[in-house]
Amino acid sequence: MTDALLPLLAVALVVSATVGIGIYGLRLARTTSDFLVASRSVSPLWNASAIGGEYLSAASFLGVAGLVMVYGADALWYPVGFVAGYFVLLLLVAAPLRRSGAYTVPDFAEVRLGSQALRRLCAFAVVAIGMMYLVPQLHGAGLALRATTGAPVEAGAVLVAVVVTLNVAGGGMRSATFVQAFQYWLKITALAVPAVFLLLAWQADGRPELAGPTAPEFAAATTVEIDSAVRVVVDEPVQVTLDGAVRRLEPGPLALRTGSTIVFPAGASVPHVEALTPSTGSSWVRPLSGAGGVEHPLYATYALVLATFLGTMGLPHVLVRFYTNPDGRAARRTTLIVLVLLGAFYVLPALYGALGRLYVPELLLTGGTDAVVLSLPVAALSGPAGPLLQALLVAGAFAAFLSASSGLLVTTAGVLAQDLLPASRGDGSSSQLRGTVRGFRLGATLTGALSLAVALSASALPLTQVVGLAFAIAASTFCPLLVLGIWWRGLTVAGAASGLLVGGGLSATAVALTVTGTASGGWPGALLAQPAAWTVPAAFLVMVVVSLLTRATVPADVGRTMLVLHAPEALGLRLGDDRSSREQTAQRSRRAGRRNPR
Amino acid sequence: MITPGSGPTGDPPRRVTVTSPRTSAVRRPPGRSALRALDEQDHVGELLVRSLVRAQLLLALRLLAVLAVLLGGLPLLFAVAPVTRDVQVLGLPFPWLVLGVLVYPAMVVGGLVYLRLAERNERDFTELVERS
Repeated sequence: MTDALLPLLAVALVVSATVGIGIYGLRLARTTSDFLVASRSVSPLWNASAIGGEYLSAASFLGVAGLVMVYGADALWYPVGFVAGYFVLLLLVAAPLRRSGAYTVPDFAEVRLGSQALRRLCAFAVVAIGMMYLVPQLHGAGLALRATTGAPVEAGAVLVAVVVTLNVAGGGMRSATFVQAFQYWLKITALAVPAVFLLLAWQADGRPELAGPTAPEFAAATTVEIDSAVRVVVDEPVQVTLDGAVRRLEPGPLALRTGSTIVFPAGASVPHVEALTPSTGSSWVRPLSGAGGVEHPLYATYALVLATFLGTMGLPHVLVRFYTNPDGRAARRTTLIVLVLLGAFYVLPALYGALGRLYVPELLLTGGTDAVVLSLPVAALSGPAGPLLQALLVAGAFAAFLSASSGLLVTTAGVLAQDLLPASRGDGSSSQLRGTVRGFRLGATLTGALSLAVALSASALPLTQVVGLAFAIAASTFCPLLVLGIWWRGLTVAGAASGLLVGGGLSATAVALTVTGTASGGWPGALLAQPAAWTVPAAFLVMVVVSLLTRATVPADVGRTMLVLHAPEALGLRLGDDRSSREQTAQRSRRAGRRNPR
Repeated sequence: MITPGSGPTGDPPRRVTVTSPRTSAVRRPPGRSALRALDEQDHVGELLVRSLVRAQLLLALRLLAVLAVLLGGLPLLFAVAPVTRDVQVLGLPFPWLVLGVLVYPAMVVGGLVYLRLAERNERDFTELVERS
């Protein structure tokens, strides 16, 4: 398989660079970052690039284009929401959170409300959201490797899970701001350069219509190999060659076996996977048309908007990055640059999605639309340009899997080690796990292994949709906690805890029902597939009402906390005594997250 | 300036105060300063913080309202005025032009406006505290 050589080379290059930095660059990375954090001199541009590097995951690099290809204009709300989430974060959270000195949401809960139990509850939610976000990264890796090299789908998932777990457990590249910053620039280059060539090819082909009146058609005679068994719907009768035998396909459902090969003639209409309603170009290009078979598209759009706008601030690996900012002012500036960097990136995936309908419509038949970014160059470009650009895209995709998974794993493992592992039994023996290096390693291994197990067994929903569900849970739990905690004096421990439980419980139930496919169709299906529109208001409401009912338990030092969260650094206020003890707690968990066990 | 003694057999050197004109430091007038009030969170201090938090919250809510109307209004616009789903602007369908391209610079501009106004609120607060 010489076709597989280039992509494999690209994967090997990215993986070995990551591992190499993990092993050889550890000393440098560690001292550099310690120095940078200590002297607080990471410039906002570097910091913003690092945030971008960690944030742009498989869902952004591969998934968004796939969703645009299937669902058309309505899918554009995903990238818009991913960026707008940072806008909301800038307005409501960035500076006060940095001034609180909290490293993670559990830290914030303790700084603001001083409750260990609430801290534990938040830690649990961090682990749940972190895993929910990790699984699609592993799915994406499997898919990318299969689409470009033909390797079994498990190979890529295992590869990324093992590399990232070993790397994080063995020291981690987490703190290396410059590595993550580099990943951002690699990803945007890997997506932008092929896009230019693809646009030129489209131009050279006479700018074929993207929004025509028909459903996608094969432009030329096309051979489709079925990687995994799939049920499709044929719309128009067509004469094909199925496994070597000429056969006429009649309109209706059709089951295709793994390993089948079908040859379609030029101009044939592309059969769709059963779950996707085929859409014509003109309905695909129009918002709210329900292209791809979305029910109640207006509701779905608003629920998605709410989940992504409010969920970003609750993602575990997003908040941690803000700690590297010297102060609240720099945190705001960094967030503004993040808006610029993400905006520049997210213009590109829609382009791939649109061209995908033209050049690789067979993905609608195999259901592998998440691979559209990787398949386009070879399909649309002739000569060596196709494979070369594909290798570049594979490199970018693996950079996305590795950087996003590393960030998630470090945060999740750090929280697990700090708050959820059994604490010392008081004898100070080596059995203590909480907050130790051993605990952190164990946490990383546990999280990595569990995510891999879920990724290998769970059905592969589209990447971005799973990530969207993680956003919905984050928006229903941490968003109300952070927003009310920062802006409202009246929040109490009981209020925060019940809001977390209600929001988290409702959204997690909805996600479970959606992922297992229990509920589908009609309003119940729509409400469960995009739960944020009702779970977020419910969480806010419960938090406010219960806090009002337990008004007597508002922390006595809430005035001081508000002062610390909002007062500009220029005043040079000193923290009181009990505050500094909480700062120490936050610092301890910071160390746990960054600790280098060597 | 240290004035040296008049001679080996003269009076011992006079003690002098060494000072520096630290104009950049926060000047503390005698009595209870606003900074002190803030630090101890007495009635005045609490009122000061409340006013800052309210100013920042109002600013954030105002910009959120702009976001909700401009961006959040789009699906509603598409729903109630279907012509906007199809109209072509600059060679692109209007929804694709807005959602695919224009929103991103618009959010950067919104962020820039917020940054300036939020920092102005903080400057006002700092001046208020330091003046009193």
